[in-house]
Amino acid sequence: MSMTKKKTIFTAAVLLVLLAACVVVDLTLPSYHIVVTVIKKATVYSLVAVSMNLLNGFTGLFSLGQAGFMLLGAYAYGVLTIPVDKRPGVYQYFDGGAIKFSLPEIFAGFLGDNVGTVVGMLLALLVGGILAALMAYLIGLPVLRLKSDYLAIATLGFAEILRAFFQWNALGPITNGSNLLKSYPAFSHATPYVVLAGLMIAIILLLITSTYGRAFRAIRDDEVAAEAMGINLAKHKRMAFIISSFFAGIGGGMMAMYMGTIAAAPFKSTLTYEILLIVVIGGIGSITGSILASFLYIFSSEWLLRGLDAGKFLGINAPGIFKNGFRMVVLSVIIMVIVLFFRKGIMGDKELPDLLDRRPKKRKKEAAGK
Amino acid sequence: MQGLFPYLLNGISVGGQYALIAIGYTLVYGILRLINFAHGDVFMVAGLVMVYSTTALPFYIALPLVLIATVILGFTIERVAYKPLRSAPRMSVMISAIGVSYLIQNLAFYITGGVPQPVTNPIPWISENITILGASTKRVTLITPILTIALVFVLVYLINHTKIGMAMRAAAKDFETAQLMGIKINAVISMTFVIGSFLAAVGAMLYFTNYPSVAITSGGMPGLKAFVAAVFGGIGSIPGAVVGAFIIGLCEEIIKGLGYTTFSDAFTFALLIVVLCVKPTGLFGEKVTDKV
Amino acid sequence: MKKLFALVLALVMALSLVACGGSSSGSGQASSGDSGNKVVKIGVFEPQTGDNGAGGKQEILGMQYANYVQPTVEIGGETYDVQLEIVDNRTTAENGPSAASELVNRGVSVVLGSYGSGVSMAGGAIFEEAGIPAIGVTCTNPQVTSDCSVYFRICFLDPFQGTVLANYAYNELGVSTAYVLGMLGSDYDQGLVYYFTEAFEDLGGTVVAESFPEGTANFVSYINNAKSAGAGVIFAPVSINYAQLIVEAADAQGFDGALLGSDTWDSNKVIESAKGKNISAFVTTFYQEGGNEAFDSGIKEWINANADAKTNNGGNDMIAAVTAMGYDAYFTALEALKAAGSTEPKAVLEALPNVSYEGVSGLIKFDDIGDAVRDSAFIKTANTETGAWDFVKVQTVG
Repeated sequence: MSMTKKKTIFTAAVLLVLLAACVVVDLTLPSYHIVVTVIKKATVYSLVAVSMNLLNGFTGLFSLGQAGFMLLGAYAYGVLTIPVDKRPGVYQYFDGGAIKFSLPEIFAGFLGDNVGTVVGMLLALLVGGILAALMAYLIGLPVLRLKSDYLAIATLGFAEILRAFFQWNALGPITNGSNLLKSYPAFSHATPYVVLAGLMIAIILLLITSTYGRAFRAIRDDEVAAEAMGINLAKHKRMAFIISSFFAGIGGGMMAMYMGTIAAAPFKSTLTYEILLIVVIGGIGSITGSILASFLYIFSSEWLLRGLDAGKFLGINAPGIFKNGFRMVVLSVIIMVIVLFFRKGIMGDKELPDLLDRRPKKRKKEAAGK
Repeated sequence: MQGLFPYLLNGISVGGQYALIAIGYTLVYGILRLINFAHGDVFMVAGLVMVYSTTALPFYIALPLVLIATVILGFTIERVAYKPLRSAPRMSVMISAIGVSYLIQNLAFYITGGVPQPVTNPIPWISENITILGASTKRVTLITPILTIALVFVLVYLINHTKIGMAMRAAAKDFETAQLMGIKINAVISMTFVIGSFLAAVGAMLYFTNYPSVAITSGGMPGLKAFVAAVFGGIGSIPGAVVGAFIIGLCEEIIKGLGYTTFSDAFTFALLIVVLCVKPTGLFGEKVTDKV
Repeated sequence: MKKLFALVLALVMALSLVACGGSSSGSGQASSGDSGNKVVKIGVFEPQTGDNGAGGKQEILGMQYANYVQPTVEIGGETYDVQLEIVDNRTTAENGPSAASELVNRGVSVVLGSYGSGVSMAGGAIFEEAGIPAIGVTCTNPQVTSDCSVYFRICFLDPFQGTVLANYAYNELGVSTAYVLGMLGSDYDQGLVYYFTEAFEDLGGTVVAESFPEGTANFVSYINNAKSAGAGVIFAPVSINYAQLIVEAADAQGFDGALLGSDTWDSNKVIESAKGKNISAFVTTFYQEGGNEAFDSGIKEWINANADAKTNNGGNDMIAAVTAMGYDAYFTALEALKAAGSTEPKAVLEALPNVSYEGVSGLIKFDDIGDAVRDSAFIKTANTETGAWDFVKVQTVG
């Protein structure tokens, strides 16, 4: 059997096993179980981390605007899917809001309740992605001309501005101002999240292996050389930025589904930092790494390490040390160790199929020599 | 209507606070080309140390302690988190800075229990109320800009007339050549972090006297705004950072006075994006050309 | 790198095994405690960190004290030990679902909390799915209960509180212009701002409303804006930390009107900031220290004997209203458990609507929506000399 074929079978097998595991989890555990909750959250983070990796890892554009695009996606999803009869309650201070329709209900009208609702929900996600992409286009016009760290700070600033706008009372009839959006439909099981995010990531993967992906990587490795090879820098940078934001928008919509309520407050720069650090843990330039790191990070921070906050962990009882916040201290120390000493992260720039590669002896020696 | 005066007074004071933080950003960026994302958190830690030390110790011990602790923190961050990455790509260093910021915030969260710490024992005299031209305010509001400008003069003198200052200027001009000329580059970098942290500590003492509560996120906004001030004034330039800080402080308070309170933070970032796009070198910055 | 990967993977697996082991022992509805009695678990869904961390801790204190006073409950003829399962929801809505899941995972029969409304709504969806009843302690937004079939609450609501304060400001303080300040992005603040404004304008007053961004420390210009507007009161229904800063700024800027606060202000941290300052402040609250002698002296003794409790209470033994509310919530839950005759959440949920309990903060019973039937609030004022909240009056709105 050839190596490529082996790799394909291996990858397919791993993915199938994971999907099957997820279905089993859904069938055996109730939807409010902590395992289901963390799978949902980790899946959303995976998608957003991969979208950020596309920009930071594959194109070399250091953008910190991810939270802003997620915010757009989340609000688009909520605003478009809240059932009409719940709107007076949700928009209690704004006379039921300005928008008097709900996509899932419209589609439920002629596609049947179940199919229609799901189609409406997916469409709302898509609208969120498109809005984020549009915004990225507008922001990108001036901002993408900036160099690395200026770009980072400008996109960060943009996300903060966006947040203020969404909390502005004058926009209340649409965004509900400072108040929560809620009562919108959401998938309660983990499998739809996994399938949805998996599809999105597959699209990103296709993109990365295309000519465009190669152009992105050329820009990352050497802008000047890439330009000399005839790659249109401005066009490709803009494209990467828009595509990344599109998927961040969809990720934001899914985040909204997971959270059950939407407010602008969670979409702060801290969220962007968190995702950036996940990308770093996984390995800048590895899709598999980003996904793996998202799951590791969310599983440990939301579930496995909770004992570190509650006084008891791995059978050790130390309420004096294991108190509130210790879990995050441990996590951030691990992150710093990775940033400083394992700069390649878990996967470096390898992907899942590459795990089958035997490491040549020569490279091992080289590594030892370093 | 009591007029513009109280807003201006407050704006200048806020500007002074930002200026003290902005200098730290601008010095480090000038030499390392690094946005030190952890600088705002160093400022916050200074505030926390002040809260804890002033409740336990008399002021003549507590306040020097704040300065020393903050300087040590800044120095350590550079040695542990930035120095090993000296030859790494710029993005790695910036990620490290974000990691440090995350770590400091989480540590502070752990220590404070995540609850904002009130300054129960404010520094006497400067925290007292006074009335100037009919506007009532705290004495520290007046003192902040004066002290800021005095410190800036000392700093500019230091940089223009001492050996270490000359080394700093050389390193900012051309990192590699400076190294070749026998300048101990690590000492120079450490010095910039020491100066930056020292000023941040002074800023923290004034800031948290005026607004006596330290939350773990207290450093975030002032830090970002001070950074914007540094960019606005032309990053790498000390007078630029100070002027930028005063302008931003004044604008912010005037915007609040005009009733656009929702956008008082957003304005600063809008200004940043406009400046970056129109004149990326800022008010006093030098034009840098990229080498191939 | 492969080695590292394998190592990490192994570590994760080991951890998950441990975690599964830990959770499987906790998933039973009733297990045996140390005393040999069966155990019933009451979930505490409260913030211990973040903006509302201080308030949440005080609320938990009330429950812990209640648990200390009454550690067992008679359910269906058997004595159960009551075990509090405390999970930190970190104040913010985005952490609500996972904290709520964690409680469900621990197998609680009924949930108490939370302090704030936003996080209660976020957690409410999970409790509803799991069919576990929740008793809101001090979350005052109407939507907490109106949109969630399992949520009940024992405190008054924002429309009521906003109206009480507006009436007090207009009628008792004789003020015709009010300056209203809330945090951007806080549904609690903005909800109260809305109801206060509505009531105050109905009375014939004028309102100037502004919002500040999260993380604001500098309130000087806001106070100046209030002065420019000629406002006689500043109504700022904000969390404790911002309340302290507003008190500080109002004093420094020489604001001579009154500060009006909502139930969040009734905290010893705020009164500490106000001590020695030249301000006047009025708050509405659920409970007045001195309202119930036995409770007051009992909890003071308990707090003073317990160093952790004292720290969580802000370093002294002053009793916050939220502590009394936490205490009442615990006993309401016990009543529900008794009435249900079972530790099954479903049975408790069915029993809750008919529970009534005479608590230290007054009689607690629920209406059709699940809200407490309450028609009066206590108004207190800050005594800046003694550093205590002085009782002013009971305000009732018909």
